[in-house]
Amino acid sequence: MVTAEDVRKVAKLADVGIDDSEITEFTRQCSGVLEYFEILDTLDQSKQLIRERYNILREDEVTPSLSQEESLQNAGQTEKGFFKAPRVM
Amino acid sequence: MEERETIIGLEIHCQLDTRSKMFCGCSTDFRDDEPNTHTCPVCLGLPGSMPMVNKRAIEFALKVAKALNCAINEESEFSRKNYFYPDLDKAYQITQYDKPLAEWGKLLIDGDNGEREIRITRIHLEEDPGRSVHMGTTDRGKYTLIDYNRAGIPLIEIVTEPDLRSPKEARKFLNKLRATLEYLNVFDSEKEGSLRVDANISLKGSERVEVKNISSYKGVEKALTFEVTRQRNLIRRGQRIARETRHFVEARGVTTSSRSKEEENDYRYFPEPDLLPLRVASWVDAIDLPELPDARRERFVSQYGISSEHAKTLTGGLKLAEFYEAVAPADPALAATWTADYLLGELNYRDFTIEAMPRELFKELITLVKGDAITDKSAVEILRIILDAVKEGKEPERPQAIVDRLGLAKSSGDQVTQMIDEVIVEQPAAVADYYAGKMQALNFLVGQVMKKCRGRADPGHLNILLKEKLDKKV
Repeated sequence: MVTAEDVRKVAKLADVGIDDSEITEFTRQCSGVLEYFEILDTLDQSKQLIRERYNILREDEVTPSLSQEESLQNAGQTEKGFFKAPRVM
Repeated sequence: MEERETIIGLEIHCQLDTRSKMFCGCSTDFRDDEPNTHTCPVCLGLPGSMPMVNKRAIEFALKVAKALNCAINEESEFSRKNYFYPDLDKAYQITQYDKPLAEWGKLLIDGDNGEREIRITRIHLEEDPGRSVHMGTTDRGKYTLIDYNRAGIPLIEIVTEPDLRSPKEARKFLNKLRATLEYLNVFDSEKEGSLRVDANISLKGSERVEVKNISSYKGVEKALTFEVTRQRNLIRRGQRIARETRHFVEARGVTTSSRSKEEENDYRYFPEPDLLPLRVASWVDAIDLPELPDARRERFVSQYGISSEHAKTLTGGLKLAEFYEAVAPADPALAATWTADYLLGELNYRDFTIEAMPRELFKELITLVKGDAITDKSAVEILRIILDAVKEGKEPERPQAIVDRLGLAKSSGDQVTQMIDEVIVEQPAAVADYYAGKMQALNFLVGQVMKKCRGRADPGHLNILLKEKLDKKV
């Protein structure tokens, strides 16, 4: 069961802004998702999950990178070849 | 009041020296390049891009795990660690969480009370975040610039159990670990920021404090010593130690509270859906470990006949050990003494690494000392002249050329005998004092001869010669 408090915390952790009018709706939706997983939990899990694929690796080879212009083209703000962000610390 | 025991555990991040990044083909050789010129959709975290694991990074991590006697997990996997910080473009870091590559290892160190085994909790693989540069001076004008060239560089995180008992032991552990990593040839200690440390430190019975941002391994002892003093003082004043994260401010040598929010520690880890698990435990059998620091130290003692103390110093870094082996043929014992007791100090004073000293010139210097052609004092002078030339970016002179130019050749026996005779004639008062039993008169006479030959004689030897000569005259 998801509470309004859980939704507020998750929203804060995920840095998603939601206002109070949306809380009830998101609480209902999140509960719905978890209830669906509760159904999955009722399946027989005695058989071990068999994953046949593993160790999907690449050789240590250098491939071309983007140019600085390409790298920065979606950035809101840039300065001297850097991405520019609000202050942190 | 009895001092409470200090308990320290370390988390070490080490950049693996691969050619390409952990999950994409961007080159790791970015240090001299413009910002954001070693990026691609994967390491920029652009939608739809897919990471792919660098095989060599796994091999390097396994080498370290084997050298540290870890157990390799049959299956390990990557997880996402979610948090918001501009240097993390995807808003999550790909790391390992509940299924790390390796666990339960150990490293032997020369502890405060003899040899000790420090337990390694785990070794896992992850990617480095980008680099942020904080700009602006006024609060309103502050902003952050980010360069993602470093984003995605392969890292291993090595976590120790809280087995270290003093800041000095923490430094010794790091030195040993760094040497081991160098010997394994998986990391380049010369590269800035290639080894970074976080430390957990507490006094027995009190809360634990995490010290972050120790960017140089040399800063560790300083940061921890500051913390021990700070925590002891709090307890002495009857105050409680808060469980918190503190940052080390290297320039001031202090740690400051970083008031991190509780939420920051809720990373919502979950398995990385874009990557499949690793099953690499069997690979370790095929790994041939090179000679590691302890083995090399033992070999130096048996092969070159040098002291265990010298051998320990000389095997403390891969390049240093190689330097010694290159110059040892000149004379193993003298090469050990001159490298460990003189050269390292002179290098440290100039902020140089061992590579600053041209091996051929050092060998020549050792040969001159061995052949008794110069005094120890002159040899030190020559060493300084060479290193100062290197510092100024000049081609250093050969030791023999310096000896010739400055007339540093040790005075010959005949010359010394002649000078002793001259001094005895010139200093009748001191000679009389000597015969009257004043031993300091002998020192004065030795000083006079040294002056005459401008330091190019061995004072101990002069002492004996003078004494013989004076005693014969009686």
